[in-house]
Amino acid sequence: MSVSHPMPAASPIAATPFRPTGPLMGVLPLAIGIVVAVLLHVILPGFVGPYYSRIVIDIGIAIILAVSLNIVNGMTGQFSIGHAGFMTVGGYTAGLITYYGSYFIWGTLGKHGVFLGTGEWLFAASCIVGGLVAAGAGYIVGLPSLRLRGDYLAIVTLGFGEILRVVLQQTGKVLDDGAAIRAAGWSQWLPPPVGGAIGFDGIPKYTNLFWVYTFVTITVVVAYRLKHSSLGRAMISVREDEIAAQAMGVNIARQKVLAFVMAAFFAGVAGGLFAHERGVIISPKDAGFQRSFDYVIMTVLGGRGSISGVTLAAIILTALPELLRDFEQYRLIVFALLLIVMMIVRPQGLFGIHEIWHFWRRRSR
Amino acid sequence: MADFTQTLMTAAAIGSLYALIALGYTMVYGILKFINFAHSDIVVLGAWSSYTVADQVLPRLGYDSRTIPPLWIGAVILPLIMLFCGFVGYVIERLAYRPLRRAPRLNVLITAIGVSLFLQNLGQLDFMFGASPEKMPALLPSWELASFSFGTGEATRKVVISLVDTMIFATSGTLMLVLEYLVFRTKLGTAMRAVSYNTDTAALMGIPVDRVISFTFVLGSSLAAAAGFLYVMKYPGINQPAHTVWVLLGLKAFVAAVIGGIGNVRGAVLGGFVIAFVEQFGAFYISSNYRDVYVFALLIGILLVKPTGLLGSPLREKV
Repeated sequence: MSVSHPMPAASPIAATPFRPTGPLMGVLPLAIGIVVAVLLHVILPGFVGPYYSRIVIDIGIAIILAVSLNIVNGMTGQFSIGHAGFMTVGGYTAGLITYYGSYFIWGTLGKHGVFLGTGEWLFAASCIVGGLVAAGAGYIVGLPSLRLRGDYLAIVTLGFGEILRVVLQQTGKVLDDGAAIRAAGWSQWLPPPVGGAIGFDGIPKYTNLFWVYTFVTITVVVAYRLKHSSLGRAMISVREDEIAAQAMGVNIARQKVLAFVMAAFFAGVAGGLFAHERGVIISPKDAGFQRSFDYVIMTVLGGRGSISGVTLAAIILTALPELLRDFEQYRLIVFALLLIVMMIVRPQGLFGIHEIWHFWRRRSR
Repeated sequence: MADFTQTLMTAAAIGSLYALIALGYTMVYGILKFINFAHSDIVVLGAWSSYTVADQVLPRLGYDSRTIPPLWIGAVILPLIMLFCGFVGYVIERLAYRPLRRAPRLNVLITAIGVSLFLQNLGQLDFMFGASPEKMPALLPSWELASFSFGTGEATRKVVISLVDTMIFATSGTLMLVLEYLVFRTKLGTAMRAVSYNTDTAALMGIPVDRVISFTFVLGSSLAAAAGFLYVMKYPGINQPAHTVWVLLGLKAFVAAVIGGIGNVRGAVLGGFVIAFVEQFGAFYISSNYRDVYVFALLIGILLVKPTGLLGSPLREKV
């Protein structure tokens, strides 16, 4: 199995374009991504209107989830079908912080501040805290993966999502005014009042193109850098052959749990973005397996381990159903058939572990 | 005491359903080493085709949804549905899983998820079963076979043994005995066990591996169909094919197979009853809101203490 990709620096004869090395490798794409995010935020809504802007936001969130799931399913070769569970953990945590936090900081519920104002920074921080809490959950769920082989792990992750759904359904109703929040005793805060089965309504809708694509950039750059780091190669070696990897001195247990924690972190961030998205009420249903399957399909179709491939799959699989609204009921039938045919015809996914530009480069030679 | 007995009887009926479904998971896992996610959709197919027969075919025979047909009608419908679902199971194996015989297990698992999604959403289409719940017409009279009284005076509580529970228990018990005979007493069963023990060696011994695997799928699918049929006897409100209830039913049955020791036929039956008892008693004595949580907690507990399951041993007999 060739996990290596054509090394760019290997051919000194070819005139190589400017290729940043060292820390710049990470910082430059990040800076470009943030600039793009700002441009998107400023320009796009004016051009395409709120409906299509929302689809672009959905695409961004899907990219974060699919690319992060790819760390577990694609690079490390584990099989998690509870990714939506981590997303929901992050979403509820972030929602709790912005909803009740707004009250304790400013004395009012609801959105606070303008673009890049204090409210938005609270929101960004809440997404990161949501990510951290989800990462904690990822650690707990990842632990059994040390003892369980692939398909048992699938059941445990699936069970995690389902348990989470049941537990969230038992939470109390959202406290919707200041008096109720002040009057609430400890018994009402544990478990937190996040709305039960009907969902956490009233979370201030901070999510915008800028924050979504900033986090998309961070996720993609981290995943790409990870893939080409020694850590990422250790993960890929676990995927290829656990015993051989162990013989080479790779700490299998550590790699697996690390993959889970990282993937869960980004899923939690995406959950924070999702919970604050306009027109979305995050509810226990989101933790269920149906949503997890969506992201599994994206990683499988895009190529297990290919970051650009998975990104492309996330874009297409999110945009396509929106464009084909009339065929909504056929959506999952087509996706499922794609999945089956793909496994028979091209099991490594569209791009395998390669990135899109590797194919382009091969052809241009 | 009355509550205890009643819960016990419900658990026995549900447990036999879990056991029937778990048998299909465990047989496929024993041979092909993957979780057949599409198995729960065969249960759905069994349930919904029972509904279709009872709703469309029976009225033409003169039994509308208010009159209860004689008992033999159910005894005719059940084998037909089992045959039909067995055929569907065969087709699925032939088209989706056989091309992947030499592929990594993860690929087969992903395919299984694909097949499951496909069946769920195909079943939801309007010309199939539709995307709304239905009410199953009663095929069994609501007889009480026996009733016991506990306590005296004001505190008297009655426990009823219903015909439905008894039929579920008896039918699935019979099916399990038939399977037991098939697996351990016939040449075909020996071939199945040989294939699960070592596929390549079995092939060298002249066992037609592909045919045995197909047969395993047919067997598992028809048991699942029977479980679906019995399930709608007990719970007449049928949810739409892609409803979470079905996936959870399948998941719990798989958990039962794991708890009993995956690949072990007797273990699956044991696991089915264990799961049902934990679930029913947990729901009754602790809180019914968390009934799914008990099952998964038990799974994680068992996996940590005895990863091979209750009856699984390093030299276990797998089918």
